[in-house]
Amino acid sequence: MAAADRPHVALFVTCLVDAMRPPIGFAAIALLEAAGCTVSVPAAQTCCGQPARNSGDRAGAADLAAHTIALLEPFDAVVVPSGSCAATIIQYPELFDAGSAWHARATALAGRTHELLSYLADHRKFIPAGIALQATATYHDSCSGLRELGVAAQPRALLGAVAGLALLPLDGAETCCGFGGTFCVKYPAISNAIVDEKARAIEATGAGLLLGGDLGCLMNMAGKLHRRGSPVRAYPAAEILAGMAGPAIGEPA
Amino acid sequence: MSADFTARAGAALADPTLKIAIDRTTITARTKRASAIAAWPEFPLARALGRDIKDHVIAHLDHYLLEFEANAIASGARVHWAETAQQACDITVALCRAADARSVTRSKSMLGEEIGLPHALAQAGIERVETDLAEHIIQLAGERPSHIIWPALHKTREQVGELFAREHHGALPLDTAEQMMASARRELREKFLAADVGISGANFLIADTGAVCTVTNEGNAELTTTPPRLHIVTAGIEKLVPSTAHAMSLLRLLVRSATGAELTQYTSFHRGPRRPGDTDGPTEFHIILVDNGRTRMRAEGLAEMLRCLRCGACLNHCVVFRQIGGHAYGGTYPGPMGAVITPILDGLAASHDLPNACTLNGQCQEVCPVAIPLPTLLRGWRDRSWREGLEPASLRGSLALWRFVARRPALYRAATALALPMMRLFARRGWISAMPLAGGWTRHRDLPAPPARGFMAQYAARQKAARR
Repeated sequence: MAAADRPHVALFVTCLVDAMRPPIGFAAIALLEAAGCTVSVPAAQTCCGQPARNSGDRAGAADLAAHTIALLEPFDAVVVPSGSCAATIIQYPELFDAGSAWHARATALAGRTHELLSYLADHRKFIPAGIALQATATYHDSCSGLRELGVAAQPRALLGAVAGLALLPLDGAETCCGFGGTFCVKYPAISNAIVDEKARAIEATGAGLLLGGDLGCLMNMAGKLHRRGSPVRAYPAAEILAGMAGPAIGEPA
Repeated sequence: MSADFTARAGAALADPTLKIAIDRTTITARTKRASAIAAWPEFPLARALGRDIKDHVIAHLDHYLLEFEANAIASGARVHWAETAQQACDITVALCRAADARSVTRSKSMLGEEIGLPHALAQAGIERVETDLAEHIIQLAGERPSHIIWPALHKTREQVGELFAREHHGALPLDTAEQMMASARRELREKFLAADVGISGANFLIADTGAVCTVTNEGNAELTTTPPRLHIVTAGIEKLVPSTAHAMSLLRLLVRSATGAELTQYTSFHRGPRRPGDTDGPTEFHIILVDNGRTRMRAEGLAEMLRCLRCGACLNHCVVFRQIGGHAYGGTYPGPMGAVITPILDGLAASHDLPNACTLNGQCQEVCPVAIPLPTLLRGWRDRSWREGLEPASLRGSLALWRFVARRPALYRAATALALPMMRLFARRGWISAMPLAGGWTRHRDLPAPPARGFMAQYAARQKAARR
């Protein structure tokens, strides 16, 4: 165990960030190190099992959970740059029989697992220093982080420390964007109607940037905004906070 | 992803008037509820109390059912027990026939819809007059309710005006809601007064008095239950509360969550038939206690669903309901609460789409006045649907493959290293607008092009370079 003031943190980057948006992973490492953590990226990590769990495949979810638990349990804390993947790990105990050894291990890991932005703000009392971005932005609260983990004030507090960044309120910021993981491909027409309404609300803010904490939701909204021909650019909040705002989602590197 | 559900949802999405109608009512409902809750700092406490009252009653249903029955009988009511929808309808029809009833008035009740009472009365050749304005609209249109408290939510006032112009006798102007109401009143008032039997539901069954509480905003329940010779109450057994005080606690939660008002225009307590000296009231008062799957829900892990007060807040806040409306769900009850109840009533095989057609965003649970963990209950149905093999083979196959690869990190990295460059072949200026196997996504939105190498590969390369 590392000293309490310098926890050894495992970054669980999520399968979506791994495949679709590596800069989030590097931003997370930079932020965690700036917040006084020692960061490891366990090499055998893959997927938390959320698609299986949300589809009702409990055995499949438990299988991936066991893999992930064994991988992450040696660390002081597990940090995940996604509310819904963090919530999945935090809810791992539900996948195992109460009283079983796996249930105990899942419970212990759940108590040490955190969503990135709330971990930085609540547990590391971190405030970004020397970060500036001249822009107007609006923030969408992803549902799992918001309702299952209470992530709402933390990203706004962190973004409030970015010099020059003006946050504009988003009408229905707490309303689902229609992503819902497998939902968006299982029921594409319904998902489309929901995200279209969300895209209109984002456009109505007049903000130049859309920020969020979950890549799945951001890709859904950014993809719809782009299809609509909207000029709004979408960024993961972590990249802005780390001062690593390169190309926005969908912009060629 | 059954063809039926997809077709119904697709038809709803293709109807722009439906979306206007849904928005008009649900936006107002959400706004009014939000102000009512904001003005009620004790809401979290009231919500916990409401949850505890319902949980207590559901855990002790046998006790309270017998107490209610004894007190109802003591008040002069007759109590009937119906295990199934069919039994409940049979009892109702038999009571109507025994009273030689030609016409019945009905005050809106979702339980009545659930057991198929309108159909049963029609089969029996008994004229049914709906006294709730929205139910009257539904009856004229030959439709079913699309919302549990606003049955005609799917119709705009313009559509209602056209319907009344076609169906009502008389030439009253129908330009405003008030004029439409006047036309309905003229059409219906005589029928209300001439009916032989009045059938109502119940919002609460009060165990220690044997009284039945109904809430309405139109006063139609009172017109249904008072003039006719017979009053029949059909009520689900989960409507029980120990006492009037408990009903009051739940009433505060129900009305604010439903319409944002503090109280409905009419809150009535019906107890027994007309007594000597009463100037009005029915000569016979019957209460039919309906199970229809409720004890099964309690036994099969859905006890929390029996807390439901039928306020409709979960519907008004559901992103899916707000796009497809109530009829697309295909059951009596739509929205999140309907997606939990319908598999019990109609079977999971016919309704397994409902718990799946949900983003699990949790807002329904957040606004539920009795804190029903709707997403958890919906997950329970998803688990069961998967176990019973009801989910499509394509989904089962792709998830099994995903799991196989995700369990093997080296294979997973290799697969990622292969897939990302292939995906990039479909990208133009950073975006993929169409790609095989991704139609569900790209039909409606663009997909950002992935990087040439994933994070894990990039990170490993950086670590290796740093060690040199």
